[in-house]
Amino acid sequence: MIYKETGQFKSTYESDHSIFPLIQDKIAFNLLMLVAFLIVPFFIDSYWEKAILIPFLIYSMAAIGLNILTGYCGQVSLGTGGFMAVGAFATYKIMTFFPDLNIMIIVLLSGVITAFVGILFGLPSLRIKGFYLAVATLASQFFIIWLFNKVPWFYNYSDTGQITVSERTMFGVAVTGANAPPYATYLFCLILVVVLGFAAKNMIRSKIGRSWMAIRDMDIAAEIIGVPPLKTKLSAFAISSFYIGIAGSLYFAVYLGALEVTESFDIMAISFPVLFMIIIGGLGSMLGSFLGAAFIVLLPIFLKNVMVDLIGLSAVTAKHFEITIWGLLMVVFLILEPHGLARLWSIAKEKLRKWPFPY
Amino acid sequence: MSLAKIQSIPYGKEVIKIKNISLAFGGVKALTDVSFEVKKGEVFAIIGPNGAGKSSMLNVINGFYKPTSGQINFAGEDRKEMIPEFAAKSGIARTFQNIALFKGMSTLDNLMTGRLLKQKQNFLMQALYFGPVQKEEAYHRDKVERVIDFLDLQAIRRTPVGSLPYGLQKRVELGRALAMEPEILLLDEPMAGMNVEEKQDMSRFVLTANDEFKTTIVLIEHDMSVVMDISDRIVVLDYGKKIGEGNPSEILKNKAVIDAYLGVAD
Repeated sequence: MIYKETGQFKSTYESDHSIFPLIQDKIAFNLLMLVAFLIVPFFIDSYWEKAILIPFLIYSMAAIGLNILTGYCGQVSLGTGGFMAVGAFATYKIMTFFPDLNIMIIVLLSGVITAFVGILFGLPSLRIKGFYLAVATLASQFFIIWLFNKVPWFYNYSDTGQITVSERTMFGVAVTGANAPPYATYLFCLILVVVLGFAAKNMIRSKIGRSWMAIRDMDIAAEIIGVPPLKTKLSAFAISSFYIGIAGSLYFAVYLGALEVTESFDIMAISFPVLFMIIIGGLGSMLGSFLGAAFIVLLPIFLKNVMVDLIGLSAVTAKHFEITIWGLLMVVFLILEPHGLARLWSIAKEKLRKWPFPY
Repeated sequence: MSLAKIQSIPYGKEVIKIKNISLAFGGVKALTDVSFEVKKGEVFAIIGPNGAGKSSMLNVINGFYKPTSGQINFAGEDRKEMIPEFAAKSGIARTFQNIALFKGMSTLDNLMTGRLLKQKQNFLMQALYFGPVQKEEAYHRDKVERVIDFLDLQAIRRTPVGSLPYGLQKRVELGRALAMEPEILLLDEPMAGMNVEEKQDMSRFVLTANDEFKTTIVLIEHDMSVVMDISDRIVVLDYGKKIGEGNPSEILKNKAVIDAYLGVAD
């Protein structure tokens, strides 16, 4: 009843191919955007900003990036942390070289730089597949972190090896640095995620996306119909790294403000969680990238609130429990629903079509 | 561009000339000194017992295998070997013996991949998805919808092909090849494992494609009644060697072919 598509006829191929073909989806999405852009900025405080919304947006961006590479093009990558570090350090270096450059341009440029690094580390993908490629990307992760630790030029020869963001403004409001108000950082990330999210969806539903999926599903057949494997795989690495680089840039400039590379972009801190996000959210699904990010960001907060505030455990014990439960849930989830939250949602939609009168 | 060259060849003239092709994998000789010609606009069948080198021959034609020696004259141009991308760009499409579809994608998307080579917009335009890209998508969608109509695939347009039954998957694969609007269509056992009705349907599709779109068809098939019915000319391979060539009635009388493959009715 709620989710009925009856009576919604498409008379052009353009409308049939739109992102939200159903009117219900369109309304729901527009409402969500309305709330996100016009209501949340007035109520956001620094807890919601730093603990929930900003991490959610940044992880969504990284998850979109990894989903393009792994979910759509089928190239498994464990190098997300490394690529995010490239984005962060690119932002830092551009900031030192061009003090007057607009922060939006800095962030986008960092993405472009990361894209080129991504192409470089994507080159082995022509020869190796699956687990072996995963190990090759793992090497890129360790190499990049090692490089940023060993070459002092990257952190401007600072004693601690830390990089620290300087204050940048947009329309007169600080979006980076300690004085940035929550609504400004939030809106800055939100705009990037929404715009680039649409760009990703558009690519996926047109030529380049179909080439990626063709390579993912059967590379031999793809070659026979004229999809060049190297070019297609490298384009996936480039565009995926662009998104991950921007996520890294935001992670550094907007979220943390100051960081040390080993600690912040470690494989356990970034690469695995982002991979879990797209697996739990749904491989090869845009919605899945967001659901996965929300799940991984919210679950620890939820567990902590329940255990510390409701049950009254000490913070340290709660932390231990949290990790255990997190891992357990992950395993249970993968066994029960290997196609992720996006699949659960489509099952729910199917049920809602008939509810409350299933035959 | 070879596509224009193929199109300029008049019907009935040779479009592919296979000249003394040999193919060996180490010590195994898959093809030995095979020569034949495919004429434009005909239905050309390659037959022979299992392991005769039929599929290898198709793989050589569309560049998947590199011949050890010999030449392929393609649209009047001598080539030592083909390259898959070049073959696709020159208007050669093919289907596989064991279905090679994109299992995670819907029927519609599978057919749309057949149009990839003809889509010209770059990825930045695709990311923005306005005017020209939208028009291009709609144009190719229209072409694909014609193939869907032709092959009766309307009901499974949105179904992921991995969950379709075998016969339909074969049909979708033919559809993907037809969506490329090929000049030459290589079909590797399009009717294997089908029942009589499905074979009749498939034969009808193949003949219509040949008749209406003037597609040259090179086909491998084991069902002799189908082969003798629909093909204009036949070449017979056995142990990688050519043992016969001609139209169906000549093949049926050919002593070597009867001994090696067809056998005699009691």
